[in-house]
Amino acid sequence: MAGTSMEMTGAEMVLRALVDNGVEHIFGYPGGAVLPIYDELHQQDEVEHILVRHEQGAGHMAEGYARSTGKAGVVLVTSGPGATNVVTALQDALMDSIPLVCITGQVPTSLIGSDAFQECDTVGITRPCTKHNWLVRDVNQLSAVIHEAFKIATSGRPGPVVVDIPKDVQFATGLYTPPPPVGRHSGYAPKVQGDLDKIRAAIELMATAERPVIYSGGGVINSGTEASHLLRELVELSGFPITSTLMGLGAYPASGKNWLGMLGMHGTYEANMAMHDCDVMVCIGARFDDRITGRIDAFSPNSKKIHIDIDPSSINKNVRVDIPILGDVGHVLEDMVRLWRASSHTDRARLDPWWKAISGWRSRNSLAYTANADVIMPQHAIQRLYEATKDRDTYITTEVGQHQMWAAQFYGFEEPNRWMTSGGLGTMGYGFPAAIGVQAAHRDSLVIDIAGDASIQMCIQELSCAVQYELPVKIFILNNQYMGMVRQWQQLLHGNRLSHSYTESLPDFVKLAEAYGAEGLRCDKPGDLDASIARMIESDKPFVFDCRVAALANCFPMIPSGKAHNEMLLPDEATDEVVATAIDAKGRQLV
Amino acid sequence: MNAQHQPTGSAYFIAKETEHPETRTLSVLVDNEPGVLARVIGLFSGRGYNIESLTVSETEHEAHLSRITIVTKGTPHVLEQIKSQLERIVPVRSVVDLSQRARALGHEKAIERELALVKVRGNGDDRVEALRLADAFRAQVIDANTEHFIFEITGRVSKIEQFIAIMRPLGLVEICRTGVAAMNRGPEGI
Repeated sequence: MAGTSMEMTGAEMVLRALVDNGVEHIFGYPGGAVLPIYDELHQQDEVEHILVRHEQGAGHMAEGYARSTGKAGVVLVTSGPGATNVVTALQDALMDSIPLVCITGQVPTSLIGSDAFQECDTVGITRPCTKHNWLVRDVNQLSAVIHEAFKIATSGRPGPVVVDIPKDVQFATGLYTPPPPVGRHSGYAPKVQGDLDKIRAAIELMATAERPVIYSGGGVINSGTEASHLLRELVELSGFPITSTLMGLGAYPASGKNWLGMLGMHGTYEANMAMHDCDVMVCIGARFDDRITGRIDAFSPNSKKIHIDIDPSSINKNVRVDIPILGDVGHVLEDMVRLWRASSHTDRARLDPWWKAISGWRSRNSLAYTANADVIMPQHAIQRLYEATKDRDTYITTEVGQHQMWAAQFYGFEEPNRWMTSGGLGTMGYGFPAAIGVQAAHRDSLVIDIAGDASIQMCIQELSCAVQYELPVKIFILNNQYMGMVRQWQQLLHGNRLSHSYTESLPDFVKLAEAYGAEGLRCDKPGDLDASIARMIESDKPFVFDCRVAALANCFPMIPSGKAHNEMLLPDEATDEVVATAIDAKGRQLV
Repeated sequence: MNAQHQPTGSAYFIAKETEHPETRTLSVLVDNEPGVLARVIGLFSGRGYNIESLTVSETEHEAHLSRITIVTKGTPHVLEQIKSQLERIVPVRSVVDLSQRARALGHEKAIERELALVKVRGNGDDRVEALRLADAFRAQVIDANTEHFIFEITGRVSKIEQFIAIMRPLGLVEICRTGVAAMNRGPEGI
C-alpha cells in the first residue's frame, strides 16, 4: 500500500505509519484513550505489541530496544497516568540521546481543557523532556506528523518525541499519506558533514601532539557501527591512547592495546591522569558532563581541545574548546581518517614518553580490590560473570549505582550497542525493562541486567512481562542490602550516618522470581559463583540471580566531589579516615 | 524574571564567571504553531536564563512565520549557549543576535522601539502639566475626559521609562507596555 494516499481512520493510520516506518515491536499498555489503536493492533500481525506492567517499563524497554538495534523504540500508552508514568523514560532518553517515538492517547478534542477523566496536558508536561512533541487535532495531519516524529527522533542528535492523539481523531476518517513527511519544520536540518578546514586544523594539531588522548562518548555509538570502525581505525593510525565515557563503552574494544579504561568519577587512574596531563584532547561525541570533568577549573589545564559533536549547544557549554567541529561523528571521522592517511604522520616515537607515563599510572592498578575467600566481592562477581559470558552473544544492561560502576569497570565491552545503562539521568529501575527491550529485539542472545538490590525493585513488576513473552532475561543482582552508592556518599559526606540507605526487609528474590513464573537462585559463596552463573546462563527462562556480596564495599577509584582528575581517591589509599575527609565543605554542596 | 545568578553549566563549576554580563536583543523566527512560545519561554526558565523583555507576533501569515524578540542579559558564554539552545528547538527557523549584527554592520546598536499606553488621572495644574509633558515627549492622547488622559507613547525603552517616571507624581493610574520590537538598520533583512 505504501506510495499511495488512502482513506482510513486515525487508528488505522497509526498502525500503517508504524509499519511504513519499519516498526516491528512496540511496548505499551492500553487504556480508555487508546482503545481504537489497540483495536487495530488486534487485527493485524505486522507489529508485535509487548504488554508491560507499568508505563515507565514501556519507556525503558523501548530505550533498550533502540540502543541495541539503532532503530527508534516505540511506546504506546494511554492519556493521563499512562503519559505521566512514561515521563521518566522520556527524560532518560533525552539525556542519553536515545530515539524514542511515544504515542499517547488523549481525551477527545471536545473535552480537552475540561479536566476530563484521565486528562492531562501531555504536550505541556513532556515539552521539556522531549526533542519535540505534537498534539494532533486533525486526522489529515496525523500520518505526516508520525512520519516526521520518526525523522526527528532518529536524525541529528537522537531523542524522544511524543505524538498525542485525541480519541476522536483516532476514530475520525481522513487521508493517509506515506512517508517521507513533506513541508513541515523547514528549519530542522541537522548538519552532518563537518567543516573541512576545521577537520584539517584538527589533524594538524593531532599530528604534532606529544601527549594526546582520545575521549569518546555515546555519540560514536549513536552515529552507527561504521563510526565505531572509523574510531578504531583512527586510533590504530594515530597510535593515540583512548578513553571513553560510560555511554561510549564498546566503541573501542576493551581488549584494544590503546584502551585506558573508562574515565571520570569512577574511571581509571590512567584515563583521568591522561586527560589531566594531555597536550591535545580529541573529544568525539561526548559532552564534558560533570561526572567526566570533575572540578572544571582544574580540568585538563594544559591541553588544546578538539570537540566533535552534532549538537551545537554541546560545544563550549561546560568546557571551552579550541577546535569545535560541528557534525555527525561518523562523517567527521571518515574525513579525519582520510586526511590522516593522506598525510605522512608516521613519527610514532614522539609518543613514547607519553605511553611510558601512562604505563606508570597503569601500574597503580586503580581497580584493585581485596579478594575474600568467604564473602563474594562485587568486583569479583562481575569478573566471573564476564569470564562466563564474554565468548557468547551477550548484551549487558544495568540499573544505577555501585553495581553500574563496577559493571563499567570490570565488564569488558568489545562491540558497540552491547551496553545499555542510564548515564545522564541516572534512573534506578532502567536496567531490567531495558534488558527486556533488548531481548525482544535479539531473541537468541544472552541479555543480562546487572542490578542492585534497591534498583531492581523499582521496575521488578516487569518480571511478569518477561515471563509472558518468554523473554529469558537474566537479572544479576549484586545484593549488599544497601543502596550502595547512597551509603558510600553518606560515608564520604555525612559522617557515615546511614540515613535510610539500608533496606530492612528485602524480598526473597528467589521466591519472588518463582512467584512470577521465573527461576532464581541465591549465591553467597565465592566458590559457588561459577557454577551458579553457569546455571543461570543455561536456563531458558527469565532468571533472578541473587548474588550476596560484601555489604560495605566501596566503589573506587573515585574523583571526590569538587576535586580534579589528578586528585583521585585510589583504593589502596582509601582508609576510613581518608574517606571521611575526602570531600571539603565546598565539595559537599555538589551532587 | 529569573534569579540573577547565571547558570554555571556544571555541578563542578567552582570558578567564578569572569566575563561581564551584557544585554542583547535576539530575533527568533519560528514556525507559527501551537506551543512554540511555550517552548521558547520554557527553555529560558528551565535553564535559568534571563528574559528582560519578550514580544511575539505572526509576521508572515502565508509562510506561518512568527517573530519573537527577546531582550536578555548574560555573559558572552551564556549568550552563546542561549543561541544554540534556541536553535535546537525544532520549530525555530533562525536566531539572530541583533546587537551583535548591528556591530558587525558598523552600527552602535539595533533599532529598538517600544509602545506604551499610560493612563493619568487628575485635574487642575497636574492635568495641564501632564498634557504639556506628553507633548514634549510626543505622546498622543488617545482617550480623555475631564478627569483623565490615556497617552500612547512610542520610543526607546529609556524614553518610555523616563515618561512613566515623570507621569508618576501627576496621577499615574496604570501602564501597559508592549516590550521591545527591534530590527537592524540598513536595507538587508535577517
